[in-house]
Amino acid sequence: MRKIKWSALAPAAYILFLLLPIYWLVNMSFKTTNEILGSFSLWPADFTLDNYRVIFTDPTWYSGYINSLTYVLINTVLSVAFALPAAYAFSRYRFLGDKHLFFWLLTNRMAPPAVFALPFFQLYSSIGLFDTPAAVALAHCLFNIPLAVWILEGFMSGVPKELDETAFIDGHSFPSFFVRVFIPASGAGIGVAAFFCFMFSWVELLLAKTLTSVAAKPIAATMTRTASTSGYELGLLAAAGALTIIPGAVVIWFVRHHIARGFALGRV
Amino acid sequence: MAEIALQNIAHSYSPGPRGEEDWALKKIDLVWRDGGSYALLGPSGCGKSTLLNIISGLLQPSAGKVLFDGEDVSALGPSARNIAQVFQFPVVYDTMTVFDNLAFPLRNRGLDEAEVRARAGEVAEMLELEHSLRRRARAVSADDKQKISLGRALVRPDVNVIMLDEPLTVIDPHLKWQLRSKLKQLHRRFGFTMIYVTHDQTEALTLADQIVVLHDGRVVQSGTPESLFERPQHTFVGHFIGSPGMNRFPARLQNGAARIGELEIAVDADLSAPDARGEGKLEIGVRPEHIRFCDDGFPVRVHRVRDAGRYQIAEAELQGVKFKIYVPEGGAVPGEDARVRFERAYTHVYRDGWLLRPAAA
Amino acid sequence: MIRRSANQKAWWLVLPVVALVAFNAVIPLMTVVNYSFQETFGENVFFWEGTKWYLQILQSERFHASLLRQLIFTATVLAIEIPLGIAIALSMPRRGIGVSLCLVLMALPLLIPWNVVGAMWNIFALPEIGLLGRAINALGIEYNFTRQPGAAWFTVILMDVWHWTSLVVLLCYAGLCAIPDAYMQAAKIDGAGNWQVFRHIQLPKLKRVLTIAVLLRFMDSFMIYTEPFVLTGGGPGNATTFLSIDLVKIALGQFDLGPAAAMSLIYFIMILLLCWIFYTLMMRGEER
Repeated sequence: MRKIKWSALAPAAYILFLLLPIYWLVNMSFKTTNEILGSFSLWPADFTLDNYRVIFTDPTWYSGYINSLTYVLINTVLSVAFALPAAYAFSRYRFLGDKHLFFWLLTNRMAPPAVFALPFFQLYSSIGLFDTPAAVALAHCLFNIPLAVWILEGFMSGVPKELDETAFIDGHSFPSFFVRVFIPASGAGIGVAAFFCFMFSWVELLLAKTLTSVAAKPIAATMTRTASTSGYELGLLAAAGALTIIPGAVVIWFVRHHIARGFALGRV
Repeated sequence: MAEIALQNIAHSYSPGPRGEEDWALKKIDLVWRDGGSYALLGPSGCGKSTLLNIISGLLQPSAGKVLFDGEDVSALGPSARNIAQVFQFPVVYDTMTVFDNLAFPLRNRGLDEAEVRARAGEVAEMLELEHSLRRRARAVSADDKQKISLGRALVRPDVNVIMLDEPLTVIDPHLKWQLRSKLKQLHRRFGFTMIYVTHDQTEALTLADQIVVLHDGRVVQSGTPESLFERPQHTFVGHFIGSPGMNRFPARLQNGAARIGELEIAVDADLSAPDARGEGKLEIGVRPEHIRFCDDGFPVRVHRVRDAGRYQIAEAELQGVKFKIYVPEGGAVPGEDARVRFERAYTHVYRDGWLLRPAAA
Repeated sequence: MIRRSANQKAWWLVLPVVALVAFNAVIPLMTVVNYSFQETFGENVFFWEGTKWYLQILQSERFHASLLRQLIFTATVLAIEIPLGIAIALSMPRRGIGVSLCLVLMALPLLIPWNVVGAMWNIFALPEIGLLGRAINALGIEYNFTRQPGAAWFTVILMDVWHWTSLVVLLCYAGLCAIPDAYMQAAKIDGAGNWQVFRHIQLPKLKRVLTIAVLLRFMDSFMIYTEPFVLTGGGPGNATTFLSIDLVKIALGQFDLGPAAAMSLIYFIMILLLCWIFYTLMMRGEER
């Protein structure tokens, strides 16, 4: 019994370490500016919801959330939808240049966004998508599609090939097999791939900031403005930050049963 | 070597067991004789592996004690019990060579290197692994991997017991026979106590002197292959051992005699004993091998005769109950309407599955 | 593993992905290549410069300095996060109530936007109002990450450990859960100690997931931009100016397109090369 307790100590301490900065952020978000700058306290002495009120009533704030969620969702749908047939092809068939193609796709995951920031700005300006959620959604496909193909390929390789063969014998055409049989069978993989696309699109800022100015400005960019202007709005910044944690938490909760396998990208 | 005794062992995987069905093992009392070779036989899910893991110490039983030579080892872990176990799927240490795999259990116990070499070499030779000793264990075939697992069990001197959990499942059929006879040979030579788990009756019957049949978390019979065949203690044993299994007829007691339908059957049971007259479902069990055609028996209807190679199996019907008759090579089936006789000494009566006490000799 | 059959029609299934990724990758990459050989003074007038920018970047002390910082940073976070992640994964219970909750809590930092991570650690570590800053100063150690390069490094590394160790934990945990029980049981019976179990069973079985973990952590730490930028702005001075921060300063700050483009390509090729080396090293011997 004692042994079990000791070994549980490490994860517990680690989780505590993870939660401390988050706690501090949430703590700040309920404080008034005066309290933040004037005194130091472990919890809000003068509890206030003003910071949140500002965010939910000021369109420059809340439209940031809407913009972010818009491009993240478009990107997730787009990445998974495009990656599905490709991952199927990679998991089932050999074709000319398949290995090179797969590797080339993966190299795009290794491209630093900083390298692409400027050319993306020019590219999306020239096709008239600059400052739209579509631009960010498309740009994030650069790293999310390779990732989705990679994850899905891993999961699909675990779906027995007999499933395909039986379905074709049963008279399914390829599209009907793919939509009615195969996609339901690789549900866990799709969930995990969508989770990762959501995650990487939601957390990325450099490209999102470069490709937008006013109309489609993501919440993260709104926050940098606040951060750089002054320390006087720290409470507001903390509240905005705390709110960005929520979508992530919700999404993790949905995939919690697949989380361990999902993080190994279906490859254990 | 040691004698292993299980006292009132019961185990449940759920923390707060309520009903019968929550118990994987239901009160087991059993003694494994020092140096004996045992087969633990039963269908999948009957609790074989659970029982094995309790003996090896991988699992703490919910109730009861495990004794090695009279000493209570219930609280000891697997390495302290000094036992060896071979699993269904080969377990090899991928990063080591075959030799290091065999040496691993010895080195862990601090044997000096000269003895480690000698023993590992000897075991490798017995298992015909000597040519791949220097290879990485990861690189050898599946069969050889299982030989390595087996070797790690055999390499240790004076283990209390070697337990094998369906070790030949993944082995090539021709090698299966070879390894099985090798195992028997090694057992004879070294005299270790061996418990061999299997769901295959042929394997159990050929390998072990004693067979323990487990069914639904209970030991239903423990005995020699002959006793299991001739006097199954439970209809499950009759059905599970033998192919085809024992025939079962619904029966009733009338005027101190056992009857199938209206026919009075001569049985090997003391029907006047008090336990014979209790409540419960009565059945008469008789093996196909103990029924023969004759001119003055009960009338039966033969539906069809199946050729099973060296013998035939006749499928027949008696009083509306279908049953099977074993027809030895050269024997003849009289035709559609025939008469049969049950050998009394092997015609048993069961109540609620359990054998009624035989008539006093 | 599935045996794959030859079928050239599979190209049709891959085509949409190729088209979309090519649009995103090839056009910008060609733009970068184009700039990297030219000089511009605006208004779309370009002059051929050959390899001038490449030579300039490769010889520039500024580039050497940020590359060195980058290498030290990446090596440090890998050296901390990988062993720490393995250790935590090893000490986690395999089953039982609360495991799911543990995993969800651990995954939380991974889903926080990177600039929020930076902002959060800013608030957390500020000497006057931050919990961490206050705590360290209360111990009698002078700590101010906006002024002391050492403190800035400490904070950036601690932040990265906070942010990404969970990825290693989750990967390793998945790998550990996939080890069949029989292996651990056999090791116990063979009398193996904890270290031997780790060395001979767990570590070899973790190889695949560890390869993924090291590659992902290497790539992402090598490309790190937003978090340190928000936390320290690359300072104090240039103390925490890593490659991406430097690159963005040149490209978007100074609008030096040529040098920025050349640096981009050198940077990208460096990541590809290092990833390839890592991958080959870690997979060596796997074939045999």
